[in-house]
Amino acid sequence: MMTQTLVTETPAAWKDGKRGLWMMGVLWPALPLISAALALSTGMGLFWWLTPVVIYGVLPLLDRLVGEDRVNAPESAVAALENDRYYRLATFLFIPVQYICVIGGAWLAVSGGLPALDILGLAVSVGLVSGAGINTAHELGHKRENLERWLARITLAPAMYGHFYVEHNRGHHVRVATPEDPASSRLGESFYAFWPRSVWGSLTSAWHLEKVRLERQGKSVWNWRNDNLQSWAMTLVLFGGLALWLGPIVLPFLIFQGFIGFSLLEVVNYLEHYGLVRQKEASGRYERCKPEHSWNSNHTVTNLMLYHLQRHSDHHANPMRRYQALRHFEQAPQLPSGYAGMIVVAMIPPLWRSLMDKRVLAHYQGDVTRANIHPPVREKILAKYGAAQPQTLEA
Amino acid sequence: MKTWACVTCGVIYDEALGWPGDGIPAGTRWEDVPEDWTCPDCGAAKGEFEMQVVKAAA
Repeated sequence: MMTQTLVTETPAAWKDGKRGLWMMGVLWPALPLISAALALSTGMGLFWWLTPVVIYGVLPLLDRLVGEDRVNAPESAVAALENDRYYRLATFLFIPVQYICVIGGAWLAVSGGLPALDILGLAVSVGLVSGAGINTAHELGHKRENLERWLARITLAPAMYGHFYVEHNRGHHVRVATPEDPASSRLGESFYAFWPRSVWGSLTSAWHLEKVRLERQGKSVWNWRNDNLQSWAMTLVLFGGLALWLGPIVLPFLIFQGFIGFSLLEVVNYLEHYGLVRQKEASGRYERCKPEHSWNSNHTVTNLMLYHLQRHSDHHANPMRRYQALRHFEQAPQLPSGYAGMIVVAMIPPLWRSLMDKRVLAHYQGDVTRANIHPPVREKILAKYGAAQPQTLEA
Repeated sequence: MKTWACVTCGVIYDEALGWPGDGIPAGTRWEDVPEDWTCPDCGAAKGEFEMQVVKAAA
């Protein structure tokens, strides 16, 4: 008797097939804890490297095996989906797991009597969780609710990237896929050229945004209301507290894991808009950000671990839309793999270029002049692709 | 006349000014702004704007 109501797609009948699986986002940040338990109980040092092995090795394989999920919730079901508090819980619970990793990791590094190589594995592992924290903070920091905005900054603290909260919404979302955006990578730009440009450019932009905002209110940038200063203070409190407890010797561990953390964010930034650019209109404004200005991936496993971050086009069109409701857009350019696989590729520039440059070119129907080209290699790129025949390029 | 702000990037839509660049004349009320109009700066949908509380002049 239920079948009749199920056949017609009423919102009440629609069920999110991934609902329970979103808790994976809370479980995988516990990997450094699992690896520590395994390493300490078996005495096998290799286990300290379990987290990077899972992220860089196992996840890309799982993406390949499990494949893609293109299901979009029907629009009529979105309100109920967004109001379902369970999904919020799946982001909130990330935070205690993350902090147990950072604090526990710091304690083990200082007091565990571990060899240097094991500490390095532990620091990389904790750093990757701090980097994943930036993704959680990203989901939280786009929301209107004060609680979520506060939690976003707490989640950013271990990666020393509190200014992301300012720069991402008011900087990156405005300048995305333009040559002016430090966090949009350009055709022909390697990850290693992008990293310093994005790290420095995002920092200075965040500072500038808050300076302008506060000056408009008649306040100095050196005001406690400066969101950058507030967010950085959280890092100072966390690192300072741990240094008081464990001694200043813990600071190199904390700073190194933070470096790994924000570098994970930057490599993800690198893949999200590579080579894509918004054209300038006659008025001098850039065209609106559209789905074709972000790279996407529907790979199920990595999407579950990243709160649908890979449905990136819909995110830029609807930045406040909650992750569970983000949609796949047919017209959006697609990455050949999920982010886990693509970040490995991005770290090997020749491999990245061989995989991605042709996709950028195909996206622009062979017209390379429509891409966002890295200025230092502009002539080289134009010479290489400038004469390309559109009809010889297949997607 | 009310003002509406993009929650993400802070762009202000002022009903008194409209958005002539997009063919929305001055004086256009928020409810008359086309539903497919998006934030001119960050591309966020119209639904992602919220009404601003008008502060009384000090």
